[in-house]
Amino acid sequence: MERPFAITLDVGTSRANHTGSWRVERPVYVDRLPPCNDACPAGENIQGWLYEAESGGYEAAWRKLVENNPLPAIMGRVCFHPCESACNRVQVDEAVGINAVERFLGDTAIEHGWSLPAAGPDTGKRVLVVGAGPAGLSAAYHLRLLGHQVRLVDSSPKLGGMLRYGIPAYRLPRAILDAEIARITDMGVEVVANHTVHDIDAERREGGFDAVFLAVGAQLGKRVNIPAGDSSKVIDAVSFLHQVADEDPPMLGRRVIVYGGGDTALDAARTARRLGATDAVIVYRRNRDKMPAHAEEVEQALGEGVTVRWLSTVERFENERLVLEKMRLNADGFPEPTGEYEELDADSLVLALGQDTDLSLLEGNDNVEVRDGVVQVATTMMTNEGGVFAGGDAAPSDRTATVAVGHGKRAARGIDAYLRNVDFVSGDRHDLATADHLNTWYYADAPRTERPELERIRRQTNFEEVIGGLTEENALFEARRCLSCGNCFECDNCFGVCPDNAVIKLGGDVKYVFNYDFCKGCGICVRECPCGAIEMVPELI
Amino acid sequence: MSEQRVHFYQVGSFAVGNRLLSADDRTVQSSPHRTNSIDSGHRACQGCGEALGARYALDAAMRATNGQLLAVNATGCLEVFSTPYPETSWRIPWLHSLFGNAPAVATGVAAAMRVKGRSDVRVIGQAGDGGTVDIGFGTLSGMFERNDDVLFICYDNEGYMNTGVQRSAATPPAARTATTDVVGAEPGNGFGQGKDLPRIAMAHDIPYVATATVADLHDLERKVERAMSFRGARYLHVFVPCPLGWGSASNDTIHLARLAKETGLFPVFEAEHGVVTNVSRIRRLAPVEEYLKLQRRYAHLFGAKGRPDIVARLQAIADANIARYGLAPERGELDNREDA
Repeated sequence: MERPFAITLDVGTSRANHTGSWRVERPVYVDRLPPCNDACPAGENIQGWLYEAESGGYEAAWRKLVENNPLPAIMGRVCFHPCESACNRVQVDEAVGINAVERFLGDTAIEHGWSLPAAGPDTGKRVLVVGAGPAGLSAAYHLRLLGHQVRLVDSSPKLGGMLRYGIPAYRLPRAILDAEIARITDMGVEVVANHTVHDIDAERREGGFDAVFLAVGAQLGKRVNIPAGDSSKVIDAVSFLHQVADEDPPMLGRRVIVYGGGDTALDAARTARRLGATDAVIVYRRNRDKMPAHAEEVEQALGEGVTVRWLSTVERFENERLVLEKMRLNADGFPEPTGEYEELDADSLVLALGQDTDLSLLEGNDNVEVRDGVVQVATTMMTNEGGVFAGGDAAPSDRTATVAVGHGKRAARGIDAYLRNVDFVSGDRHDLATADHLNTWYYADAPRTERPELERIRRQTNFEEVIGGLTEENALFEARRCLSCGNCFECDNCFGVCPDNAVIKLGGDVKYVFNYDFCKGCGICVRECPCGAIEMVPELI
Repeated sequence: MSEQRVHFYQVGSFAVGNRLLSADDRTVQSSPHRTNSIDSGHRACQGCGEALGARYALDAAMRATNGQLLAVNATGCLEVFSTPYPETSWRIPWLHSLFGNAPAVATGVAAAMRVKGRSDVRVIGQAGDGGTVDIGFGTLSGMFERNDDVLFICYDNEGYMNTGVQRSAATPPAARTATTDVVGAEPGNGFGQGKDLPRIAMAHDIPYVATATVADLHDLERKVERAMSFRGARYLHVFVPCPLGWGSASNDTIHLARLAKETGLFPVFEAEHGVVTNVSRIRRLAPVEEYLKLQRRYAHLFGAKGRPDIVARLQAIADANIARYGLAPERGELDNREDA
């Protein structure tokens, strides 16, 4: 062969040398379960929709969101966002404001009139959904997606359940509620309002329903026996909030005492302030640490001038005098009476001591098991009677709207499996993407964007929404704070840091593949992956 | 000249690429069309920092010169692992002569190109720290002194690794090598001045001197590009961890390079005509222990018979660097949205 001057040797490429044979461990791409997704009671793919939102694809993000939850504008307001408590970003600065972005997407969808996906091909099966709260609405939506016919009945004149009759308008404006409900009913849901089901078996038989979902909620305010004079005004919080929602608020006077320590107690006290109460006092038998209400609700209530009598119980209420007994916590953290009393001036007493479920529609049915005041269900949400499912506050749960949405989805899938006569299979859960899988060096520093709060002084007298929304710019910024835990977001680090050029960048859905002919198994790609989407596995010899 | 910080796009400009950035703002390394100046199949150890540093620098230089580039290599790991006969990993014109003469050969190649009227072809000389600070030092100083049109790149892994981990004048104090055993009052390499080549290069008043690490790719590529915008002698000193010689885990290569910068032990800066013009400030200040403990060459400083006094002296070196170059972390680092 003719060679250039002074070149005496042939050369070949080093690609002939397959250095992959050195390897004892190999990197593989994995998807891990982000902690937000893991914590979401509605089973949202939060990391997935934030990923779409990061590049400004708000409609794609919204579509990904409503795959699991058809009520983002509502949940973006009322959800207590366990996702944010689980967020790994606290290791860097503060949790991602997931709830605020969800609300932004929900509001944007309403503004642009995006509609939910069309109902699935008709299966010919009919399902009765009793109760149009978050569980019932969610179930109706998912059942329609699966192609089943749905009749949604509710005893109230309007749909929404506790979203409408329990949550005050300053937390959830009615226009938002109406818009998201209408989007679901527009999927071809037969709605029957003002209809109370008294006998579930008869209703099912007469309507020819193949399955039933009981989502009747917990509407009965618990009462305790408090000696009260005839003239004393005592009302339970559920009825109070319901009457306010019906625009027929009861006259409670200027000094309103609310008894209880849950979120409903705070809603009642804050509502009383807005109705003109000068004193809205919460009486709670334990201390603030033990209060079941969510901390940010407590913070907002205190900011609006609600006061709290900690470690107190109501002894009696007579002649506009409320007698409290002071308590103390014993070693186990339980309150014990001290025998010391004090008195308060009060015009009315609102009892917010928890709620019971009205299950009278099950009378005469011996199959469905009711224990501890709620309907017992399997993981499919099915009761002991075939084809009868239950969820939301009527089933054992944490009794939040988000849990109810999750129940509705699970029940719809359970009903679908039942109607198709197949086993219910829930998807495999990936390993959790815990903080130790992340390399947080790579994430830019960025504090969280807080939603504006209405000036406190304005909040005390009207029902305007307290928490404002994010602007598009802020929402985009907030979405981009997501660390994408456990799921590749195409930062090109693995592709760039490989000393052996053994990562091939493909783009598209595949993103990258390893070239195991040359990968020496050094593990730099795993160490430098920001989000923990690669792991080393031993080579099998 | 201060580096333009990319505004908040999830990983900003810390990662290699970023799907949210425009193609112009991404690194050369994020492109599937990068040169890959060193091809797969080279025989560098697992996790080699030098193989990585050389690809980073040369690919960036290839982009900056539109592919009109020629590299002259001194003897060393880089030369040995890339060209065992009959294979070569080089995908660019590449020339090797001797251990000590790479700067002189590069000078000659540049002169030849000038004579041929090919001023568009640019020349890079490259070597490890042994070939740069010890064996090739005389010819390098001459190249600087004559201001020959060459970018000389030193891949500094702090010792003669290819021949069995012997000490070089770039080996840091207290580090164990085959020729600086852990015996005596000052175990490992002695405390002295060593040779701080970036500062020696600056003393030649050449147009451009910079340091970089394999942990900050945007910074490294920008410096190569900046270097190629000058004519005359230029010097780039790239910090490249060596898992074999340092006794570190192969997956810690980039992590160690980052810690070297974040502790202050390796100052990252650039200088033009002998004057420092830009420094990379520390983002998350770390104590030197964090860096040292990951390397077996410093194992004798820790444990029951450890030498906290020596660790303190190493910390003093880091602190002196921080003071000398002004590397202390910026205040208000957190809000970087304004420079959008």
